Amino acid sequence: MLITKRVEFSASHICRNPLLSDRENEELFGAAANPHGHGHNYVLEVTLEGQPDPVTGMVIDLKKLKEIVNREVVEPYDHRFLNYEVPPFDRVVPTPENIALDVWKRLSPQLSKNGCRLHGVRVYETPDLYVDYFGEPA
Amino acid sequence: MRVTRKYRFSASHRLHAPGLSQRENSELYGKCNNPYGHGHNYEIEVSVRGLVDARSGRVVDPRVLDWFIEQRVIQRFHQKNLNAESEAFQDRVPTTENLACEIYRQLKARWQSVFPGESASLEKVRIAETPRNIFEVSETNGQY
Repeated sequence: MLITKRVEFSASHICRNPLLSDRENEELFGAAANPHGHGHNYVLEVTLEGQPDPVTGMVIDLKKLKEIVNREVVEPYDHRFLNYEVPPFDRVVPTPENIALDVWKRLSPQLSKNGCRLHGVRVYETPDLYVDYFGEPA
Repeated sequence: MRVTRKYRFSASHRLHAPGLSQRENSELYGKCNNPYGHGHNYEIEVSVRGLVDARSGRVVDPRVLDWFIEQRVIQRFHQKNLNAESEAFQDRVPTTENLACEIYRQLKARWQSVFPGESASLEKVRIAETPRNIFEVSETNGQY
């Protein structure tokens, strides 16, 4: 069975690779490279795979899942400037692709500790652009 | 990694199979066979699968994808009558099944020239004719 928890966070970012010049970044990212940054209301969907416990009827206690996702992702990301305040985005461009990879790294071990397998993460940068990551080589 | 981008267009169509009689069409398609046609706000999701490029942090440049979809989908279908104005539906009924296949074929045929040498490939096209009727075409789910 798959179960999905949805959370939201709002953050600002600049699409800028620190290894490239301003001009190269401008060419690569266009308006998203604006040095003052810009923001999004991100939506994150975390999907777990598991079987319902025969006694509780639950795959995971949703309170526990919410606590993990809030602690590992929402608290560090929400109302932050990702490039300046949230590693690894000082080095890695905070595209939704890289955010999905980072969310996977943050959540997968924590969920394993609680006996759950992370199936996938979906990150919406806007309602019209989202990425899905399932832990495959990326 | 899979990246999905959503687009919208509005178009009209009439479901009428030329190989069937008027009565058969009327029975088969019901209101959708109304001779004056009717319209929908279509929502289309285009999903791209690939590796994350280390330089850009992206699987695909959304600006290039937007341009491609604008050329191949929006300009062809937005504010159009599919039966009267699209060459694709001169000999095919413009059901959203056929529309999804047509768009998938169009994008697939030009993919390599728009994204040369990139790992990104077209994974699927998903079209909602209304929020309640949704059609999806990919390499693995049948003929297109």
